[in-house]
Amino acid sequence: MASVNKTSSAGTETVVPKMTLAKRMDRIQMHLRREWQLYVMLAPTIIWFVVFLYKPMYGLQIAFKDYSIFRGVADSPWVGFEHFANLFSNDQFIRAVKNTISISALNLLFGFPAPIILALMFNEVLNKTYRKTSQTIVYLPHFISSVIIAGIVVTAFSPTAGIVNTVLGWFGIDSIYFLTRPEWFRPIFIGTGIWQEAGFGSIVFLAAIAGVSPSLYESAVVDGASRWQMIWKITIPCIMPTILIMLIIRIGNIMEVSFELIILLYQPATYSTADVVNTFIYRQGLQSGQYDMAAAAGLFNAVVAFVLVMTANTLSRRFSRTSLW
Amino acid sequence: MMKSNLYSRGDKIFALAVSVLIGMFTVATLYPFIYIAAVSFSSGFAATAGKVVLTPIDATIEAYKYVLLDPQFWVSYRNTFIYTIGGTVMSLLFIIPGAYALSRPQLYGRRTWNLFIAFTMWFNAGLIPFFLNMRDLGLLDSMFGIILAFAVNAFNIILLRNFFEAIPQSFEEAARMDGANDFQVLWKVFVPLSKPAIATITLFCIVSRWNGFFWAMVLLQSEEKIPLQVFLRHTIATLSDDQEFTATLMDAAYSAETVTAAIIVCSIIPVLIVYPFIQKYFEKGILLGGVKE
Repeated sequence: MASVNKTSSAGTETVVPKMTLAKRMDRIQMHLRREWQLYVMLAPTIIWFVVFLYKPMYGLQIAFKDYSIFRGVADSPWVGFEHFANLFSNDQFIRAVKNTISISALNLLFGFPAPIILALMFNEVLNKTYRKTSQTIVYLPHFISSVIIAGIVVTAFSPTAGIVNTVLGWFGIDSIYFLTRPEWFRPIFIGTGIWQEAGFGSIVFLAAIAGVSPSLYESAVVDGASRWQMIWKITIPCIMPTILIMLIIRIGNIMEVSFELIILLYQPATYSTADVVNTFIYRQGLQSGQYDMAAAAGLFNAVVAFVLVMTANTLSRRFSRTSLW
Repeated sequence: MMKSNLYSRGDKIFALAVSVLIGMFTVATLYPFIYIAAVSFSSGFAATAGKVVLTPIDATIEAYKYVLLDPQFWVSYRNTFIYTIGGTVMSLLFIIPGAYALSRPQLYGRRTWNLFIAFTMWFNAGLIPFFLNMRDLGLLDSMFGIILAFAVNAFNIILLRNFFEAIPQSFEEAARMDGANDFQVLWKVFVPLSKPAIATITLFCIVSRWNGFFWAMVLLQSEEKIPLQVFLRHTIATLSDDQEFTATLMDAAYSAETVTAAIIVCSIIPVLIVYPFIQKYFEKGILLGGVKE
C-alpha cells in the first residue's frame, strides 16, 4: 500500500505545513473540483459505517449507565462500573467466560490441526479425480447454514429417532439423550465444527503446499526419502509460516465462539458447559431486556478480543513481515 | 505432484492408506445429508422409531406434502430470495465504488479512511448496542432494514480494494486519455478487470444472506417477513414441543423428524444446484483474502 501512495499524493502532504490557511483551502477546493467523484463514491460507505457500526460504539456508554428505554442512551444516569462489579460477582457470567475459553481451547486443540492433516492427506492422493471429488464434497458443509446443521444434529442425536442411538442400540448400549447431557455438549459441538469446517479450512494449507518448490522433493527422492519422511522434513516445515499465521488468527479470535450454533443446540440442562459470553449476552439482553448489563458484558468481550487481535497482529508481523491487515 | 514411478512400494501402500482415510472422511461428511434425505422420505413411524439408517423406510412423501402445503413455507422461501438478491445487490452498490475510492492514491486522507474501516474488524460494539441502534433507527421488523444493515463489511471492502490497487496504472491512464471520468474508469476498466474478485465477493454475500439467521430471528417479528432459516428454526422448536402433533403421531404418516428433514432438504437444494458452479471462485477467493494490505 505504501509504495502506491508515494507517487502522486506525497507532493501535497510535504508542502502542507508551509502553506497559509487560505492557500490550503484553495488547494482543497481545487482538489475537490477535480476529484469530487471519488468522494461521492466513498460517501455512502463511510455513512454506512458511521450509522451501523460507529453509532453503536457511542451507544456502548450504556454499559456505564442505568439505561432506560424511555430516557434513551444519552439521558440515562451514569452508574460508573456498577454493571461490571455485578457481572464479576455473577456466577453465570464467570461460568460463561470460563466456558468461552474452554470451548475455544478445545477447538484449537482438535479443530485447528484437522484442516492441516486433511490438506497433507489430500496432497498425497495420487488420483486427481478422486481428490477433486472428495474436495468438492468436504467443502460443502461450510456453505450450509447453522440452522440446518443444528437440525441435522438434533435429528441424528435424538434419543428415539436418531441414528447415533440406533447404532449404539446395535451394541446393546441404552439410548442416551445427548443434547440434555452437559458432558456431551462440547464433544458434539466441536465434532460438528470439524465436520463443517475442516474441509473448507484445508484450502489455505493446500495453497501453501502448492507453493513448496518441487526441487526439494526431487532431491529428497534422490536421497531415497519416503513420502512419510518428506511430509515431516519438507512439507510441514515449508508450510510452517502459514500454520503459524492461522494459529495466531485463531488465538486472536478466542472470544468469538460460533454462538449461533450454540443458541440452536443448547438448553437449560446444558448451560453449565455450553453457555458462552455471547449466548449469555443474548439471553440477558435480547431475551430478558437487561440491556445495560448485557452491554457491559459485551464491552468486556470486545475489549479482550481487541487486545487479543492486536497482539496476534503484532506477533504475525514479526513472524511473516506481512501484517494480517 | 510427482510421477508415481518415483514411489517406492512403501510409498504406494502409504498413498493407498491415505486414500482410504480421505474416503472415510468424505463419506462421513456426506453421510448426514444422505441420512436426512432418507428420513425425509420415510414414514413418521419408522423415523421416530429410529429405523432409518441409509435408505427411506416405508417410503412416502407425506412430510413433503405437509411442508409444501404450508403457505408459510413459500412465504419464507420467497423472503429468503428477496434477502439474498436484494442484500447482494445492495452490498455491491456500496462495496464496488467504496473500494475504488479507497484504492485511489489521490484520495485525500486515504490512510485515515482505510483505518476507519479496518478498525471495525478489530473492535465491535456488540449485540446489544447494535440492536438498540436498529430500534432507534426504526428498522425493527423491517425487510429493508435487514437488507441495508448487513450490506457492508470491512473484510469485503479491503479484499476488493487490494485487488483494485494491484491493477496497473497504465490501464487507468489509457482511459483518462480518452476523457473518462472516475465513474467511467471504474465501470469500463476496473470492474471488467476485477471479475474474479467481484465474483468472490458476490459469492460471500450470497452465502451469508442465504444462511443468515441470527439477526433475522432477533429483528423480525412478522411471520410474513421471516426468511427460510427462521421458519425452519420455528418449525423445529414448535414440532418437538407440540403435544397435539406428537399425539397424532402414531397414525400420521409424518413426524417431527420427517418434517424437519423435509424442510432441510428443501432449503439445501438451491445450494446444491449452485454449488458446482461456484467452487472455482471460493477456492480463489479465500486466497485473495488470505494476505491483506
